[in-house]
Amino acid sequence: MDILLQQIINGLTTGSVYAVVALGYTMVYGVIQLINFAHGEVVMIGAMVAFSVITSLAGSGLPPLVIVMAAVVAAIPSCMLMGYLLEHVAYRPLRHAPRLAPLITAIGMSIILQHLALLLWGRNPLAFPQIIDNRVFGIGGAAISSVQIAIILLSLTMMAGLSWFVYRTRFGIAIRATAENVHVAGLMGVNADRVIAATFVIGAGLGAVAGVMYGSYYGIAHYTMGFSLGLKAFSAAVLGGIGNIAGAMLGGILLGLVEALGTGYVGELTDLCHWPIASGMLAGHCADGGNFVLFGSNYQDVFAFLMLILVLVFRPSGLLGERVSERA
Amino acid sequence: MAQALLEALNLQVHYGGISAVKGISFVVEENEIVCLIGANGAGKTSTLKAGLALVPEGRGIFARLTVAENLAMGAYHRRDAAGIASDFERVYGLLPRLKERASQVAGTLSGGEQQMLAIGRALMGRTRLLLLDEPSMGLAPLMVEKVFEVVRAVAAEGMTILLVEQNARLALEVCSRGYVMESGLITLADTSSALLADSRVRAAYLGE
Ligand SMILES: Nc1ncnc2c1ncn2[C@@H]1O[C@H](COP(=O)(O)OP(=O)(O)OP(=O)(O)O)[C@@H](O)[C@H]1O
Ligand SMILES: [Mg+2]
Repeated sequence: MDILLQQIINGLTTGSVYAVVALGYTMVYGVIQLINFAHGEVVMIGAMVAFSVITSLAGSGLPPLVIVMAAVVAAIPSCMLMGYLLEHVAYRPLRHAPRLAPLITAIGMSIILQHLALLLWGRNPLAFPQIIDNRVFGIGGAAISSVQIAIILLSLTMMAGLSWFVYRTRFGIAIRATAENVHVAGLMGVNADRVIAATFVIGAGLGAVAGVMYGSYYGIAHYTMGFSLGLKAFSAAVLGGIGNIAGAMLGGILLGLVEALGTGYVGELTDLCHWPIASGMLAGHCADGGNFVLFGSNYQDVFAFLMLILVLVFRPSGLLGERVSERA
Repeated sequence: MAQALLEALNLQVHYGGISAVKGISFVVEENEIVCLIGANGAGKTSTLKAGLALVPEGRGIFARLTVAENLAMGAYHRRDAAGIASDFERVYGLLPRLKERASQVAGTLSGGEQQMLAIGRALMGRTRLLLLDEPSMGLAPLMVEKVFEVVRAVAAEGMTILLVEQNARLALEVCSRGYVMESGLITLADTSSALLADSRVRAAYLGE
């Protein structure tokens, strides 16, 4: 098996989910400089709603694809409504408050949503019913499953769609103008409240699909899943340059790749039996092709955050972010 | 009798305890170019800000949007697609430099080009009154000439303009009437030719 190619495929899959979630963070940040910590929970709710729809329809005899579509169609408006309410109820009243207030509120909303999910769906991990026959195709010594193909294609389509919206439509231009200068955009007749609400709703809609993809990829949903997924997607957004849409996409994919490659190779690289100096001392362990691995694949999360730290040290504004104070 | 597009009566602007504009009155009539000249801190910008839609000092263009997108933002409040399309042509006709650079990011334009973009964007809004705050600020003499050519061309189309300028000579050359402002008060008001000939103006603002 070709480990390199396999980990690239796996990394692209999780990376495109990170990218789609990261867009939600970056769009909101771009417009109101708020880190919406509750975004990860919105994604989790998307996965939960999809779980409920899929389990309740699993025995109905409907074609699997229709069931999955129904799950997506149910998750999107649920999450959009949640994004809208978050903005309206939690953040809007604090629009002119000191920056710490909405930030703390965001953490509070994230806890509230987690516990709402806990009440509605219980504390145990929920296993997605295997309704789709997940076919696996071999390419160049590696394997790619139909779910992976679907996730990558769907994510790329959503990213292309969002780019088109933000760069080619009237309202998209207004969003970017507001992100740059709310005051002047207001003079041009842009309604800032609508733009801000729209970034939350769009981000939540993308997050809903990401939640369904993430849940069906790992086959599991849990009320705490939004935390680590959200943290990684947020890191991806910072990595690419927070506030920058292309940066969020790039950051997400890169993060997925680094994580997958790191996980794939860390065991081999830290196997002391491969190092001549150490293998002599560990002869007992290394005899007959034995291993003495320092760091196993459970160190997965380390790579994501290690990369984030490195980028922040050497390029604090992120890969595609502009240097501070670009205001004309 | 021409109609007044902008009329200020005893206008005052205060910032906390500081009074920047201490009760001034002026009028801008349809199809005329009026200028407001005065030293730094006289209260010119404050006067404009008390007005309406303004071309902000420092241009206020969207640096990360392209030239064409900035122009589109100028027409954001309009719904007449056909009118907007023909105004794009009109603005590109008046300001061919903007057409050449339509897809360039505005933040990378030169200062003079940014000033032209600010004017073009105001035209896209079909405003009847153009407020310009120091269009010559920070520009090389040749570029100042170009920007003022544009101001003249826009005026020739029948636009009403209130022009705030440090460069009193240039301003008075394009305007029909002018107001001189000093420490928050209007101290002189006359036709441009009379102001250009006035000994006080010559001494204080034309460096003679
Ligand atoms: N936001 C503000 N807060 C406090 N004082 C202000 C504010 N804006 C302007 N001022 C003061 O009001 C006075 C007039 O300022 P204004 O910007 O109107 O001058 P100006 O005539 O446009 O000058 P310049 O030619 O340098 O642009 C100045 O003394 C300035 O310091
Ligand atoms: Mg000024």
